[in-house]
Amino acid sequence: MKYRIVVDPIGCVGHRICADLFPERITLDDWGYPIIDPKPITPNLLEHARRAIDGCPTLALRLEKIATERSRK
Amino acid sequence: MTSTAAVTSSQALWFASRGTGVVCLLLLTASFVLGIVTTMRVETRGWPRFILAAMHRNVSLLILIFLAVHIVTTVVDAFAPIHYLDAIIPFQSPYRTVWLGLGTVACDLLIALTITSLIRVRLGYSVWRAVHWLAYACWPIALVHGLGTGSDAQASWMTWLVVASLAMVLVAAGWRITATPASQNRVRWGAAAALVIVPVVMLWWARTGPLQPGWSHSFRKSPTTSTVPQATGTR
Amino acid sequence: MTSQSGAERQSRAVEDRANQASDAPSSGRRLFALVDGVGATALETHRGHYAEPPVPSRARPKLIDAIERSGLRGRGGAGFPTGVKMQAVASRRRQPVVVVNGTEGEPISRKDATLLQLQPHLVLDGAALAAAAVGANAVFICIERTQQHSIDAVSIALAERFRAEPNGVAMALKPTPPRYVAGEETALVHWLNGGEAKPTRTPPRPFEKGVGGHPTLIDNVETLAHVTQIVQYGPSWFRSIGTASEPGTALMTLSGAINRPAVYEAPVGARLGALLERAGTPHGIGAVLVGGYFGSWLDARTAGQARMSNEFLRPLGGGLGCGAVAVLPSQCCGVLESARVMRWMADESAGQCGPCVNGLDAIAATMRNVAAGRAGLDALATLERWAGQVDGRGACRFPDGAIRFLRSAMAVFAEDFRDHARGHPCLHVRAPRVLPIPTIEAGWR
Repeated sequence: MKYRIVVDPIGCVGHRICADLFPERITLDDWGYPIIDPKPITPNLLEHARRAIDGCPTLALRLEKIATERSRK
Repeated sequence: MTSTAAVTSSQALWFASRGTGVVCLLLLTASFVLGIVTTMRVETRGWPRFILAAMHRNVSLLILIFLAVHIVTTVVDAFAPIHYLDAIIPFQSPYRTVWLGLGTVACDLLIALTITSLIRVRLGYSVWRAVHWLAYACWPIALVHGLGTGSDAQASWMTWLVVASLAMVLVAAGWRITATPASQNRVRWGAAAALVIVPVVMLWWARTGPLQPGWSHSFRKSPTTSTVPQATGTR
Repeated sequence: MTSQSGAERQSRAVEDRANQASDAPSSGRRLFALVDGVGATALETHRGHYAEPPVPSRARPKLIDAIERSGLRGRGGAGFPTGVKMQAVASRRRQPVVVVNGTEGEPISRKDATLLQLQPHLVLDGAALAAAAVGANAVFICIERTQQHSIDAVSIALAERFRAEPNGVAMALKPTPPRYVAGEETALVHWLNGGEAKPTRTPPRPFEKGVGGHPTLIDNVETLAHVTQIVQYGPSWFRSIGTASEPGTALMTLSGAINRPAVYEAPVGARLGALLERAGTPHGIGAVLVGGYFGSWLDARTAGQARMSNEFLRPLGGGLGCGAVAVLPSQCCGVLESARVMRWMADESAGQCGPCVNGLDAIAATMRNVAAGRAGLDALATLERWAGQVDGRGACRFPDGAIRFLRSAMAVFAEDFRDHARGHPCLHVRAPRVLPIPTIEAGWR
């Protein structure tokens, strides 16, 4: 099962904690909002991803399965 | 068991209960301020955001440990007729009903805050946030409980601890109010009013109540006082 | 079984009607075929050409099938196949709702207002047919509350229908807050549900859970007018014009430095050059903005050869969008015009997503400095970086459209951008402004 991290852009208010906790996939734009690398999260990074998700003060991050996702219209 | 041993263990319980109560107040203050620091996006090179957020969480969890000791020692101590149930259901105990009950309320609030925070991801942000607003009520309620049950309220070290804690909490809360968006003007002014009114009422109450001589004696009607060992003096 | 045979009967009815249709418009003038006389808007006149839509009950698969076979694509901007959307709504368990999207926040588009004012029944029939197709029993017609003429025309048309055809599907006119993103479909649903007219997070998309929690079909007014004609004249008639992948005609609003600014109807895939000839370009063509403010700029050369279809325009980074076209004369500053539009875009942000709020504002401020010749060459690199940081990072597609506009401006006016950034603004900064900038109305409810 492959995962990637997705951000809810309305919920995100730019606390910037996620980029500290999960720099492997999350960088910040010029205004402090997360830019998510859509690459699948390798199993060794999953723990870091979870920590970033739990650490988000507004809960604007979540894991999304890639494998089972059908192409959206 | 000799009577000295009984006196000593009862004394130990008594000191443990008082001590953990004070520690809880200090930790609550720390958690309160750290929570606001987290919201206000403070960070330095040495103190990144996630460290401060983790501290807020860990300090909050630490409160529960000290709170547990506080409750257990209070219940086990035979001096006051307090039961475990009194730690959950407020205003049931015949012993200092109101002031102990407030402690129970604060305890329940803390448990609610902790549980909702632990299952935050599943709960969703809006529900968690709604519950977490109660943190602002938890601190003053806990303080009133501490002063009202009042074994140490008149000690000068206690006065200084309370004044210092109150000052920190007021500064933190005032700072938080400045970050309220202009669209929530009513919330902002309501919070500012509460920030002035609540401490003023509390100070007035403290002067007329717990800081008056004989406050802690005024509750004594229980016959269990006959078992009070001399060494513990006034309670 | 019974429902299938019923559906077949309906389908046959659709085809029969199509075969009988001797008065089917044979030229590229279809939606506007009846517009010559003033009486075209009256229901009585309209019924002389178009049959009364069936009363809605359950979904009618054959009606949806007819729309799917016609190849009709949405004319609101996204260009999504209408039949597929109907199918998605009809396949949900709960009874659907139809929303007629008559909000036209695009400042240089007038086609929806024009259609609503000249041919309201063509649109309302389409809405009733869409409701019949998906089995909806309620239709909400959303028009910006500032569009008084459209609201009047639709109110009169609704009264006419209620009197003459009382069994028709229930329709309610909903005057919406006049903000650009209010017309985005999740924003419209949120507003109809009593909230602010701002886009919401997805999923759920409106076809899953929309107005009142019901699956909701949202179609642009022009799309629905085409639905009426497809049902009346048949899918193959519809496909007889336009391109294979995007059949039919499209309404296109032409404005800017032309002789006859108006709403034109032309087959999809028509040559932009021919359209511009029809409109007359007395001041020469500096550049052409295609697809509205959230479309893209084409230089004069490309514009001359361009075709008005997504198939042609998407590889160039643009799209048909809402079909709006603005011509910039040769004596005009594209940098300044673009900067003005960008400021409007930034101010129209719903203010919900960080990259959109902060990014568009920063971009608009920098573009203004570039236009004024006080930015320096670094500013162009900054703009490009910000374009990358804003694109695709909102809850809706609003910021993406703004970035598409920015990128095409920087490509088409590349030389001008460099000159301006270096501090040598062009000679045309004092020329009259061409692109209209609406004032932004307050209020999201």
